[in-house]
Amino acid sequence: MAENKAENILEISHLEFSFRTYGGVVKSVRDVSFNLRQGEILGIVGESGCGKSVTCSCILKLNPEPPGFFGKDSSIKYKGEEIVTKTNREMRRIRGAEIGFIFQDPMTSLNPTMTVGKQIEEVFVGRGVTGAEAKRRALEILTLVGINEPERRYKQYPHELSGGMKQRVVIAIAMVAKPSIIIADEPTTSLDVTIEAQILDLLKELRDKIGTSIILITHDLGVIAKMCDRVLVMYGGRIAERGTVDQIFYETAHPYTAGLMRSIATLDTAKDEKLVPIDGTPPDLFAPPPGCPFAARCEYAMKVCYERPPKETQLAPEHRCCCWLLHEKAPKVDLRRGRGEGQA
Amino acid sequence: MSRVNYDEPLFEVKDLCQYFPVGRRHRLKAVDHVSFTIYKGETLGLVGESGCGKSTTGRCMVKLYKPTAGQVLFKGRDVFALNAEEEKRFHKEVQMIFQNPHSSLNPRQTVKDIIGYGMKLHGLCTDANMDEKVVEMLHRVGLNRDHMSRFPHEFSGGQKQRIGIARALAVEPEFVVCDEPISALDVSIQAQVLNMLRELQKEMGLTYLFIAHDLSVVKYISDRIVVMYLGTMVEFAEAEEIYANPLHPYTQVLLSSIPVADPRAVREKKRIVVKGEVPSPIDPPDACRFAERCPHATEACRKSAPPLREVKPGHFVACHAVE
Repeated sequence: MAENKAENILEISHLEFSFRTYGGVVKSVRDVSFNLRQGEILGIVGESGCGKSVTCSCILKLNPEPPGFFGKDSSIKYKGEEIVTKTNREMRRIRGAEIGFIFQDPMTSLNPTMTVGKQIEEVFVGRGVTGAEAKRRALEILTLVGINEPERRYKQYPHELSGGMKQRVVIAIAMVAKPSIIIADEPTTSLDVTIEAQILDLLKELRDKIGTSIILITHDLGVIAKMCDRVLVMYGGRIAERGTVDQIFYETAHPYTAGLMRSIATLDTAKDEKLVPIDGTPPDLFAPPPGCPFAARCEYAMKVCYERPPKETQLAPEHRCCCWLLHEKAPKVDLRRGRGEGQA
Repeated sequence: MSRVNYDEPLFEVKDLCQYFPVGRRHRLKAVDHVSFTIYKGETLGLVGESGCGKSTTGRCMVKLYKPTAGQVLFKGRDVFALNAEEEKRFHKEVQMIFQNPHSSLNPRQTVKDIIGYGMKLHGLCTDANMDEKVVEMLHRVGLNRDHMSRFPHEFSGGQKQRIGIARALAVEPEFVVCDEPISALDVSIQAQVLNMLRELQKEMGLTYLFIAHDLSVVKYISDRIVVMYLGTMVEFAEAEEIYANPLHPYTQVLLSSIPVADPRAVREKKRIVVKGEVPSPIDPPDACRFAERCPHATEACRKSAPPLREVKPGHFVACHAVE
């Protein structure tokens, strides 16, 4: 669980990433800072367009530049090395070998014209691993990710596999070089629930066996609750709240996080209980609001929220939140209102 | 739930089978002997994993497919033996909301055309008062007059889904098939659409068939639930009953696989893990479809398919192991 003393394997500070488009500049990620520790699972949760995927693609410099570009203070340090200034050639040494990536849709992230085995071995191209050794490691990883008959699967093409099996292959590709970090971008969104449970168990098991750190991007709070040690909640290109999984769920401090939790139907939601949706839509990142990005949808929004971006307030060790409500002069509100205990 | 009238069946699905030919020799049994009744005013939930035949069932009911065998009765009439006039009336009374709002709206039509066309076709408005009627419909789904002359690409996913709902409800239907209406939407938008569907149901006295793979949502919105697996019905009961007392091993697995947004509960919860994946629906063996993955499977399960039987009043289950 909480490994407070563990070293930071990845340090991201003041990350800004924007895209030039015909419609103007889209500021996808705005001033995001966080650390990833050895062996932890860090969850990033948010809606589409909140910048969670762009943030993680930045770590591997997978975003096309141009049209994308980093802000001038952006820094991503992997084991002390600066990533932002690296060339594509230098990045090739890191991608796959040091940091692996699991993509969202296994149906489209595998090459349909290559056998499963070849795709796994491709990770070793130019890395001085011989053919026989590469094959041995490919078969070993296929077994590890729970694929039966690895010898047969090794020779098959992606279309011969089911969705869950393909996602296992994608995970195998990400894991085969034993990277120190794995970034999993919505790894189970396109899978069925029973398969989702299997894949999530697998990821956790691999973390325990190999000790890899995992960044797990998702929009599903259920997946977060099941998997993560620490959580970042992103909204409108910024981090709204961060903390351990218990702090996020039980000591929720940001109205957006609270809103997310109130708006989902769970098995315990009673029939006559009304879901409390978050009204409105996410902000337009072509012209992000000057203040808090969530202000326009926030029921507690004050004048200051529209004018100036809130600072991050430290609430407890690990637990930080960006909200004006936490300012000493702000009114005290009960975010849990509307569900459970707070209801009158 | 008092709004449901259990004396008035609206839709009766009897022994519905939908097979698709695969090559010359094989058949894909998408829906295999499914029967249920939907009463006026209720919401029937249909859950299962991809490929279990839930959408195919919904599509047969609105006549998007012609089933291989079996009957679908709407208000006591066989929907596959209607004359031209009855047919038109049927399509007014039965509507569908599709899963993906990005692909189910015609990109070349304005919102006014999308919503107004059906109304005009069924004589619910004239050219003169079409604008008025469309605006009224837009207000119902939380949009306004300004949106009327826009094209679908100018809207967000949630707004597009609202337009899809407005289109379905514009012709004043009695019955709506909602095929995964919220799964393509963001979490914070899902609740908006879900609440709206419930309010519209109350206002307009609608009956829903709600198809989804997300059990928490289905439980929230449905009165009764059908659980499907590989084209067959495995369990059928009232929503509360299914969740409180799931009898079929597959339902139990499905319930225990849902990721719960509560870390403490996750740590305490005992999970039933199921091995393997859904087998192919092409030429399935005449046995329990879940037998291969079932933790309680016996010889009997691999020999014959268990029939759906009533084990408690209103609670049906298809399993050899259940007493």
